[in-house]
Amino acid sequence: MRKFLIAFLVLSLILLSSVGFSAKTIRVGIVYDVGGRGDKSFNDAAYNGLQRAIKVLRVEGKDLEPGPGGANREELLRTLAEQNYDLVIGVGFLFTDAITAVAKDFPKVKFAIVDGVIEGLPNVSSLVFNEHEGSFLVGVIAGLMTKSNIIGFVGGMDIPLIHKFEVGYKAGALYVNPKVKVLINYIGVTGDAFKDPVKGKELALAQYKQGADIIYHASGASGEGVFEAAKETKKYAIGVDSPQSWIMPDRIITSMLKRVDVAVYETIKDVKEGKFKPGIRIFGAANGGVDYEKTKLIPLGVISKVEQIKKDIISGKIVVPYDDKTFEEFKAKYLK
Amino acid sequence: MKNREFIENLILNIISPLISIFIALFFGGIIIYLLGHNPWETYKEVINFALGNPNGWGYVLFNTTSFILAGLAVAIGFKGGLFNIGAEGQILVGGLISALAGLYIAPIFPSFLHLPITLIFSALGGAIWAFIPAILRARLGVHEVINTIMMNWIGYALTNYLVVNTFRERGVLYPLPQTDKLPSSAVLPKLYPIFQKIGINIPESNPVNYALVIAILMVIFTYYLLWKTKLGYEIRALGLNIHASENAGINVKNIILITMLISGAMAGLASINDVLGYRYRYLDNFSHGLGFTGIAVALLGKNHPIGIIFSALLFGALDRMAIGMDVFTHIPREIISVLQAVIILTIVVGNEVLIRFLKKRRKAIYA
Repeated sequence: MRKFLIAFLVLSLILLSSVGFSAKTIRVGIVYDVGGRGDKSFNDAAYNGLQRAIKVLRVEGKDLEPGPGGANREELLRTLAEQNYDLVIGVGFLFTDAITAVAKDFPKVKFAIVDGVIEGLPNVSSLVFNEHEGSFLVGVIAGLMTKSNIIGFVGGMDIPLIHKFEVGYKAGALYVNPKVKVLINYIGVTGDAFKDPVKGKELALAQYKQGADIIYHASGASGEGVFEAAKETKKYAIGVDSPQSWIMPDRIITSMLKRVDVAVYETIKDVKEGKFKPGIRIFGAANGGVDYEKTKLIPLGVISKVEQIKKDIISGKIVVPYDDKTFEEFKAKYLK
Repeated sequence: MKNREFIENLILNIISPLISIFIALFFGGIIIYLLGHNPWETYKEVINFALGNPNGWGYVLFNTTSFILAGLAVAIGFKGGLFNIGAEGQILVGGLISALAGLYIAPIFPSFLHLPITLIFSALGGAIWAFIPAILRARLGVHEVINTIMMNWIGYALTNYLVVNTFRERGVLYPLPQTDKLPSSAVLPKLYPIFQKIGINIPESNPVNYALVIAILMVIFTYYLLWKTKLGYEIRALGLNIHASENAGINVKNIILITMLISGAMAGLASINDVLGYRYRYLDNFSHGLGFTGIAVALLGKNHPIGIIFSALLFGALDRMAIGMDVFTHIPREIISVLQAVIILTIVVGNEVLIRFLKKRRKAIYA
């Protein structure tokens, strides 16, 4: 008798839980990039977007992280799609191949890729950012605030995407301060470059030693090392992606904001409201997709100047360069 | 008498690991319970995800394939008394050379030779990378542990340099640190059609491929080599006692060299599941510790080819279960890694304790 009772209880529990699942709420799965949660930057921004959607839109969320080397990216995406998640988001351009393959097999599931471009699939939305515009703004701040007229840039992985940060930053600094010299270093050539704070610190220390007094990093979790170096040498740093000044309020003068959280939230909202659109969606200065962080360390005069330049970017008066070729054009046009 | 021994061996080699697994699951259950989850429900869901459906089986077998080959590579070394920690570097070099052979050497030959070429070059690449520590050990007596570790670093850096600077993929907007895609004549086809024919409905997307067949052939090869050939006898003799082997007239230097080369070739083959069977290209540092997991697989499998199949299956299943646990539960992923380690540790320790217990009893009976 008791066995029957227990069996009955277990059975009803299973039934109940499955009923609970079948009630229609939107289910969203996110798979992070190498570096994962806790990078205080790119992936954490995606996480914040998801958390906001869970709270405000009452969606059900699941976040996953690929194993070392990211070999099981596709397996994770596929598993979420098999579980009939409504929206599956891959955070980072490294997901390009995996999402392309999985999206073809699951036409009913909607996919989004952050930072990557996948065209021609009716169920994939590509969320890309004008990082060069945001980097231009923090470049302006660095150009105006430097005392030594030497500033630094520490990039993560040496790829065109990170070059956009570098070129925008350089252009912004030169636009307001033609005398400025920009030191540039990259941490590495693999995805691991985004989680190597030791190397980040080494490069930053070397740049400070060469006279730089402000360093902008675009290197994910490796940026920790840049901040450490700023603290040790009592110089300044600029954060990236998320507002990072809280990490070291007296050393981090601003951060380039890449609102991955906004992009993730907006995409979830669109799916929830049935307004999901495939194709490329650009987040730039004009729609608040990129911006800079206001802190107490930035003088008011500098802020008003940056605000003016932001308006000029939005109106198209300043065309911000994003690679070597456009940088040459920019130099010819604005810096004589 | 013979019969009795057989039964006792059966108990030792099959029952005791099973008991160990249950003990391990029990300890894992305690951790899950302390985290506020229902261990029974969690296990049910996760095991069902990994082992309760053809797709799960396919993924487990896919994971298992690389573990078998890496385990065999380390085990062959162990049998000859050589600690090949360099499997990781040998896998990377083997993988890159096999991909490059597929891209640049194979096209010279007719297409039916493409796959044999990539396969042979994967083994060749591993053997080349094992050759330097092998010759240093055999001729100069420099210990292979230090050599193979250093060769890992060199292999890692060299493959990284080559794939980033020289052989990086072309014609895409954001080129990743990987080679161009191999022609379809040079890669290992997927296994799902075979499985579907025998009624096991593994979906087309499942990555399990012909590398599994090669891994099983290598298990048979290793068994035959070690226990049925003169060379195998000499390798095992070397592993048992190097001085006795020398006195018995075995050419120790040659055997060391040959053992290391076979071990390296096997490690090179461990790359094919990923390079030729899944990605169809070499991705920088794709192995991520496979060579080191191979050490654990070999030890858990008692350096026996059959034992390695089972320990590789265990590692393969645990990896798939980890994904299930990540997707279906809210157990933090750091804890999932801890659970994996606890389970493996318990099995190793549990097995050892049980075997000792049984041996003691046997002694008591015969005394």
